[in-house]
This record gives sequence, C-alpha cells and structure tokens, in this order.
Amino acid sequence: MIEARGLTKDFVSRKETVHAVRGVDLDVGRGETVAVLGPNGAGKTTTMRMLTTLIAPTAGTARVAGYDVVADPAQVRRRLGYVGQGNGAGHGQRALDELYVQGVTFGLERRAARSRAQELMAGLDLAGKERTKVSELSGGQRRRLDVAMGLMHAPDLLVLDEPSTGLDPHNRANLWEHISALRTEHDITLLLTTHYLDEADTMAARVVIVDDGRIIADDTPEVLKTRHAGDRLIVTTATAEQTARLAARLEARLEAWEGTSGVELTGTTLRAGIVAGSTRVTELVRTADADGIQVTDVQVRRPTLDDVFLALTGRSLREADTATTGEGAAA
Amino acid sequence: MSTTTLTPTGTATQGPPRRSLVRDTTIVLARELRPTLHDPFSVVFSLVQPIFFLALFGPLLAGNLGGGLPGGDVWQWFVPAILVMISLFGSSTVGANLLYEMQTGAHERMLVTPLARSSLLVGRALKEIVTLVAQAAVIVLVMLPFGFRLHPLGALTGLVLLAVLGVGISSFSYALALAVRKQDWMFWVVQQTVLFPVMILSGMLLPLEGGPGWMRALARLNPLTYVVDAERALFAGDLLAAPVLWGFGAAGVTAALGLALGIRSMRRSD
Repeated sequence: MIEARGLTKDFVSRKETVHAVRGVDLDVGRGETVAVLGPNGAGKTTTMRMLTTLIAPTAGTARVAGYDVVADPAQVRRRLGYVGQGNGAGHGQRALDELYVQGVTFGLERRAARSRAQELMAGLDLAGKERTKVSELSGGQRRRLDVAMGLMHAPDLLVLDEPSTGLDPHNRANLWEHISALRTEHDITLLLTTHYLDEADTMAARVVIVDDGRIIADDTPEVLKTRHAGDRLIVTTATAEQTARLAARLEARLEAWEGTSGVELTGTTLRAGIVAGSTRVTELVRTADADGIQVTDVQVRRPTLDDVFLALTGRSLREADTATTGEGAAA
Repeated sequence: MSTTTLTPTGTATQGPPRRSLVRDTTIVLARELRPTLHDPFSVVFSLVQPIFFLALFGPLLAGNLGGGLPGGDVWQWFVPAILVMISLFGSSTVGANLLYEMQTGAHERMLVTPLARSSLLVGRALKEIVTLVAQAAVIVLVMLPFGFRLHPLGALTGLVLLAVLGVGISSFSYALALAVRKQDWMFWVVQQTVLFPVMILSGMLLPLEGGPGWMRALARLNPLTYVVDAERALFAGDLLAAPVLWGFGAAGVTAALGLALGIRSMRRSD
C-alpha cells in the first residue's frame, strides 16, 4: 500500500535549512495498522504530508496505493482517505452536507453519497447531528466527523494525523473504539501518527518510532519492548542485607538472563532490567530460598514504548516533547 | 456500540473515468453556496456598511452638491456607485473565509481530494456572482420608494457588470489569502490599505471632477473608476454609452488578472 524510499524533506526558512525528514524508508502492506510514534518535530506530519501529496519531497520516492506521489498525485488522492490534524469539515457547513460533498467529490452518485453519509454518521454516533453546523459540534463529535469524511469514498488506505490529539480520555477511547470497529469490519490499511504511547501500543500491530527525521525502530510493540527495553524486575526482601546479597547473586546472572541494565539497590528493594523477566521469577525465588533470603514481594513491570524510546535515544518521549515544543514548523 | 458497514455504495475507488473542470467547479461552488442557502439573511447582514453610506452619506451629498451632481439627481448618481461599493467591501473580504478554512484544516482536506486545484479557486470566486446579485437587488428594491428610477435592461446589464467585477475582486482576495497564509494578520492590513484609496479614487462617493489634477490622473489608473462610470450610465438606461464599454473592459481585465493570479496561487498552495 505504501512504499517509501529515502524520503527526505528540507525546509528553508530565513536562510536556515531544517532537515525535517532525513531518508525515510517505509513499507506498509495491505490491511496493516501502523502507528508512527515520535515527539513533536520528529517529522511525523511532514512524512504524512509527503505521502498524501500535500508537499513534494526534497529527495526520495514514495508510491502510495500503487502510484507515485509526485508523478501521479491525482491517482493517489483518489485512493486515499486523509484525516489531517485540523478539522477536515468546514466549520460553516452542516455536518451531513460536508460528508455529502466529500462523497460527490470522489465521484459518488448523489443518492449513494447521501445514504453513505447517513450510514457513516449513524455508525460514528453522530445520528441526529446531520443538520448541525460543524462549529457547533463538540470536539469529539467533530473528530468523528473528520474520520467519517476520510471514509466517505471507502478508501483502501486511511491516513490519520494525530487523530486523538486534543480529545479528553473518554473521547479518545470512544474514537478508537470506532476506528477499531471500522478496521475489523473492512480490510482497511491504517497509517496514523500519534504521540500517545498507550495509543500506539494498543491500537497498532506495528509501531514505527521516529526521532529527528529518521526511523529509529520499526516492529511490533512486543518485539520493540522485548528487544530494546526488557522487563523491569522489582524485588523486595525482609532486610537490606538480604537484598544486597540477592543483588550480588543477580548481578552474576545478568548476562545469562539477558539483563538490559545493572542492578539498582534502594534499601530493601532492588530493580533490574531483564528480558522476559516473568520467566525468571521462579528461579530467583528458589535461589533466594536456598540462601535463606526472605523475599517479601516480587513485581515484573512490562516496559512501555516510552522505555523503548528512552533506550533508543537516551531521553524520554515526554521530555523530548516538551523540549521541542515551539518548533512547530518542522512538526 | 453501533458500527458501520463499510461496503462501498458506489464505485468510489475507481471513480468516474474522466473528471471535468466544470464538474469540480460546480461542486466547489455548491459547497460555498450551501451555508448561504441555509441562512439567506446572512446576505443582508453584510450590507450594513453600504447601507450606512446610503442612509448617512447620501443625504449629505444631496444637501451639499444636490443639483451639482451630473444628472442632477443624488440617488441616480449615488446608488449605482453603492452597488460597486458592495463588491469592493464584500468581495475583497472573502479571502478571510479561505484563510479560516486553511486554519481549521478544511482546505487541506480538500487538497487531498481529486478536485482540480483551479476549481477550488474558480468555484469560490463564482459564488460572488450570487451574493452580489442578491445584495444589489436588495439595495435597488430598498431605494425604489425613495424615488430611484429603474431602467430594467440597463439595471440587468449593470448586474452582469457587477458580477464580472465581483469575480475579479474576490479572486484577488483569495490570492491575497493564499499569499499571506503564514501571517494571517497581513490579510487585513493589505485589504484595508488597498480598499480606501481605491474607493475614494473611483469617484464613488464624491465626483472627482473638482479634485486636483494628480487625483484625476490616479483615478484614470483605477479600474473601479470605469466600472463606477459604467454602472451610472447603465442605471440611467444608457446602454450604448462609451463608459459602458470601458467599464466592461476594466471589469473584464480585473477578472482575468484576478483569476489568473488566484489559480496560480491555488496551484502552489500546500
């Protein structure tokens, strides 16, 4: 569905060149759900805008739905549903009218456009809002309408740029429920950007992590977490002395256990990063028992994608986000 | 939770075999007109400024110049000019609607549809015809009880001329919006800076015959001067007067340049 090779975009502002996207290779197959995750200014939106024919790449090529984005933009646009960061539906228009126009724009017959618009509004919990002005809809309703706009012509590929940004947790969950339902019922390919870690984790079968205009990781959330972050093993014993002894034992086994970090000691608690940590718990407790160490608590914390980002870049995604706010131009 | 069946109800992905510019333009035009059709009174609300000029400036003209005006009748002289003023005040602001749609994201969404870029400009510009004709009709009807004499054929031709001018001015307004989209406040700075000199130097409010030579020279460079003269001739029922031809020429050139510039800006917009 998407084949991008060496996709690059430089912006020049005040004689200064900003390398927004630096050589992105991306393949998305039919039916996949891929989340592009990264801090603000990482080049997510710029990449989406190149793939959706909104801006021309400085270098590199991309084929979307079988057509080159530079040579054949009209063919790409016809096959693509796009939900941008803003509101696709015009604020001065009525909700149903905008959906209808979108359908007619893509070549639907009037009657077909009208019935599909009504069907989508019902499906996205917008029934009864047909004649409401877009500006009078709530934020969540407006966003669902945007998704409906992107689906009007039943595209094979739907690109969503930050679909849930600005929504409260309830509306975010609601929107994602709808998107998941649409995905299971229709063999649609989804490419979305987000900076919500949990969203990428739960919604996407595949996560592409971008930082500073480059793809730094691309895999399923599980593999990414296992490979780059590992589990966090948190063990508490009866006394600090026992914990120190256990730490020494653990230290000796770190390599065999695919430890991802050293052992940290704080009082009676120790922490260590270990791949597939839950499979080591039994052995750990048994060793402790044999040594007369009384384990009072064992926790295995699954890593988050933020741990992955931290492992890959040395900084947390949240820090990266606050550090680059204000560089909106490169976003 | 209810869900949606995503069975395509049309052959959308294949699309019609060929698209026509006329069809695209009609879609854009119909979309622009829809809010007005839902709320026809919005057309009248935007007449506030011209109506103030009519109600408050008109009587002053009558008192001060009265019979000194060419033709001798203040309304015959002033109303056709007010129609041109509607176009100048109204059509020159339409770019702000596009700016708003660029900010909210609707414009971007439309750029990722199969609509031809040029239709996004032309469809919008053509909407001015409907707005202007409706507004002009309201003004003329309001003025009839005050002794404004109507020459139907001349008035109709006058509306056509006004429509051509409106397409031109609105195209320039959209081109301006596209040019300043990254600093939207610039839109109003430029619009206001151009608006008043063009208005005064068209002889719309006061005859320029009594003005200094440099003003008359500048007025001759102002396309609106010719349109105002033509509207005055047309609403006097004088269809074959030379100023009518000049007026259509000036409005035609304005429309052609505006459309060319607007389409060019729209094609480059992202």
